[in-house]
Amino acid sequence: MAERKVGWEPQGQHTIIGKEVQRTDGKQKASGQAKYSNDANPPGTLFAKLLTCPHAHAKLVSLDVEKAKAVKGVKAVQIMAEPGQEIRHEGWPIVAVAAERREYAEDGIRAIIAKFEVLPHFVDEADLKGAEAAEITDGGMPAKLTKSLGTNKKGDVEAALKEARHVHKGYYGVHTITHMCLEPHGSHATWDGDKLNVELSTQNVSGTAGQYVKPLGVDAANVSIHCDFIGGGFGSKFAVDEWDVACAKLAKTTGRPVRLMLDRPTEMQIAGNRPSAFADVTVACDANGKITAWDSHHWGTNGPKGSTVALSVTPYVFDPPNRNRTATGIITHCGPDRAWRAPNHPQACAYTDTALDDLAAKAGIDSLSFFQKNLDLTNLPHIYAPELEIAAKLMDWKAKWHPRGQGAGEGPIKRGVGLALHTWGGGPHQSNVQLKVHPDGTVEISMGSQDIGTGTRTCIAMVAAETFGIPLTSVKVNIGSNKYPQAGPSGGSTTIGGVTGPTRRTSQQALWKIFDLVAVKYNVDLTTLAAKGGKIWSGDKDVCTWKQAASLVGPMALELTGGPVTEEEGLTSKQVGGVQMAEVAVDTETGIVKMVKMVAVQDIGLVVNRLLARSQVYGALIMGIAYSLSEERIMDNKTGKFINANSTDYKLPRIGDIGDLVVEFYEPESEYKRGVIGLGEPPVIAPGAAISNAVANAIGVRVPVLPLTPKRVLESLKKG
Amino acid sequence: MDRDQATRQGPGFNRRDFLKGSGAAVAATAVTTAVVEQQAAAQQQAAKLVSAAPQAITLNVNGQDHKLTVEPRVTLMAALRDDLNLTGCKDVCDRANCGACTVLIDGKPVYSCTRFAIEVAGQKVVTAESLHTAEKTDLVVEKFCEHDGMQCGFCTPGFVMAVRGFCNAHPKATLDDCRKGLGGNICRCGTYAGVLQAAFDTAQAAN
Repeated sequence: MAERKVGWEPQGQHTIIGKEVQRTDGKQKASGQAKYSNDANPPGTLFAKLLTCPHAHAKLVSLDVEKAKAVKGVKAVQIMAEPGQEIRHEGWPIVAVAAERREYAEDGIRAIIAKFEVLPHFVDEADLKGAEAAEITDGGMPAKLTKSLGTNKKGDVEAALKEARHVHKGYYGVHTITHMCLEPHGSHATWDGDKLNVELSTQNVSGTAGQYVKPLGVDAANVSIHCDFIGGGFGSKFAVDEWDVACAKLAKTTGRPVRLMLDRPTEMQIAGNRPSAFADVTVACDANGKITAWDSHHWGTNGPKGSTVALSVTPYVFDPPNRNRTATGIITHCGPDRAWRAPNHPQACAYTDTALDDLAAKAGIDSLSFFQKNLDLTNLPHIYAPELEIAAKLMDWKAKWHPRGQGAGEGPIKRGVGLALHTWGGGPHQSNVQLKVHPDGTVEISMGSQDIGTGTRTCIAMVAAETFGIPLTSVKVNIGSNKYPQAGPSGGSTTIGGVTGPTRRTSQQALWKIFDLVAVKYNVDLTTLAAKGGKIWSGDKDVCTWKQAASLVGPMALELTGGPVTEEEGLTSKQVGGVQMAEVAVDTETGIVKMVKMVAVQDIGLVVNRLLARSQVYGALIMGIAYSLSEERIMDNKTGKFINANSTDYKLPRIGDIGDLVVEFYEPESEYKRGVIGLGEPPVIAPGAAISNAVANAIGVRVPVLPLTPKRVLESLKKG
Repeated sequence: MDRDQATRQGPGFNRRDFLKGSGAAVAATAVTTAVVEQQAAAQQQAAKLVSAAPQAITLNVNGQDHKLTVEPRVTLMAALRDDLNLTGCKDVCDRANCGACTVLIDGKPVYSCTRFAIEVAGQKVVTAESLHTAEKTDLVVEKFCEHDGMQCGFCTPGFVMAVRGFCNAHPKATLDDCRKGLGGNICRCGTYAGVLQAAFDTAQAAN
């Protein structure tokens, strides 16, 4: 420790970091003792439910809540929509009812008389022509349902298409999916005088208190946000929602704690979704398989705002010399979108890497060779090239790949392999830390952060334990409250870099202060000191125990605070690449696609916790399998309703549906040295294209739209 | 099938109607037996009728008796969560599909949203909370931690109970048995890989 420099140890020299370490809160979660907002139930709690609009587009004509107020057990009614108001999607909150029991709240909802004038709607997200032709009025005025989201050009696509050896034209699409957080959106609110205490299911503990100020007239400093555990967010839980405000109002009216969590259908209808995207693509290459031109028009919906996937990520990762791109948003009477794990990327990947794979097939080139030939058109060729080699070995690509539809068959079951690649930023968010070294040797770290499933507590504790050379059990981590130092929201794969960076730096600074005290007390050379195995060492001689060293801080804890990390410190970085390969078995008689195997090779810089990092990738692959094969929001054009807004008909894979998953981190020293980079988003991007490409490889035809349901597979086979 | 609205029981098609009418041979004897059957059915129905008023029941949960007064419509899930504050059984779908509210009733895994609280009075209910106490941590909980069969953790206690019930009934289950036997629970974070290993290890450790 001659040089006092903030940073990580050289690769291979950490004791805890990079190892497989179990979650520090695992037993609490597994035994149901972890308390979520949906579990908050202090004495006196009232249960609130919502009446929502059953129509896609309507005007609320009249509302009578008097009978509801008289229902047994009902304590208060909060009106959330006024007569005359135009309603633009199903599930729109109308009234919240708080009652002594959930059953009474439901009785109260049933007693409300709400009359609607049903207005014409448009919900067919794939139908661009229909949207252009639709005659809909909004607020009494004729409304156009399509919006140009821009167009831009690079090079000369027309000339490139003329010169190209192979030109492929195709149509691709991805339907809307919802977040389907198992813990619905909502909160539990309690007033203590003019102080508001909220148990909020949020990815944004430090950033939500202020959102109560305007609607409630409460002082921001008087709002406490608390969230020890959150049951899924995936990008949909950054804000205080109108039903959270209604919950706080009901708590104020009744003088009682109130809990309002969305029911499952409402959760799916209004609490966020991932926009759809459909694309007409023309792509071309020369005789060597080098991509020379891309031309696309994509469209889709994110609900009332009328947007779809960003133009900037089209085509995805590959940037050919000649490129035209256009996007059109469709306004629909569907629920509004929210950020969904890696916003824009999964859809863009799904219509880019499929089109490229079709071009490769047309050119008669193995998909792997085709992608390899074109890596110079990507942002990270030096990452993708070795990752493709690793993935190909793990998948046994050479043995399994065959020209489309020409695999050795076992009756109607056809096997195939496909690949895709992705990139993501994943730089750290802005987080502050308070660190205390207590005289008894325990270390306490407080951050206004949250654990959305990544293992925030565990990773913070590991970094402190590593730095001080103490067991994980000697580190206490406080997160989940806005009363701790501010930390960024958990979104965009920013958390682990964002919290471990400041923790490492501040831990090192605290340790150096303790070294100063040790050097004086034990008369040892300061420059030789190191902390390991619960002891302070001078070279290979142990000077004192960690506890003895910590006791030197005096009667009160040594307390340090630290601000967000900067990239220059070398603790964190951004921009990763990953490749994935999928193997499927398709039953050409039933159209059922079965996952056989998926391989993910992912660069994430320095791995903090190998067990939890692998979990992130497994989870991303499984979410990817879900939107590739079974999961979609199904809108009924006639009624405008989201007809599978329930857990039964909204198909998610089960434990037997995922095949074998193989996860490999790409971590040569060059990447390790970049420090910690977020991992949540990247591996969820490529599965759509990789799986679709595997199905095309298996059956010889492209099933253009995700998810690849049996119906769509059979339709594509029939079409040939 | 009895299509007469006057004599047909309940608001719609029911299982009993179906059974009565599903065999062609039944028609021949229907005339003589119809009256007797109807009387028996009416008696059966009357015996099943319960008042909508709250009832005092005793629920045996995790070896402890709890006295509760609940309306007959209150589900076991609602009683455990709202009345006993045992929130390890999670409220996710409330329609017998996702498995997050799984508990053991007399040793068998059951979705607690599919039972009324008054139905299980007299039976032994076990919830996830009992698998990790100051005295003892169940192997299933240990294995879920070892293989990281969790992320956000919201489906986890339900999955833990499903695995506990499955492994009790199928000691030495293979990986494939686990894939088939644990399809009753949904996880959104995608923790199936860890759950599968946890279940397999637990089953293999059974005596």
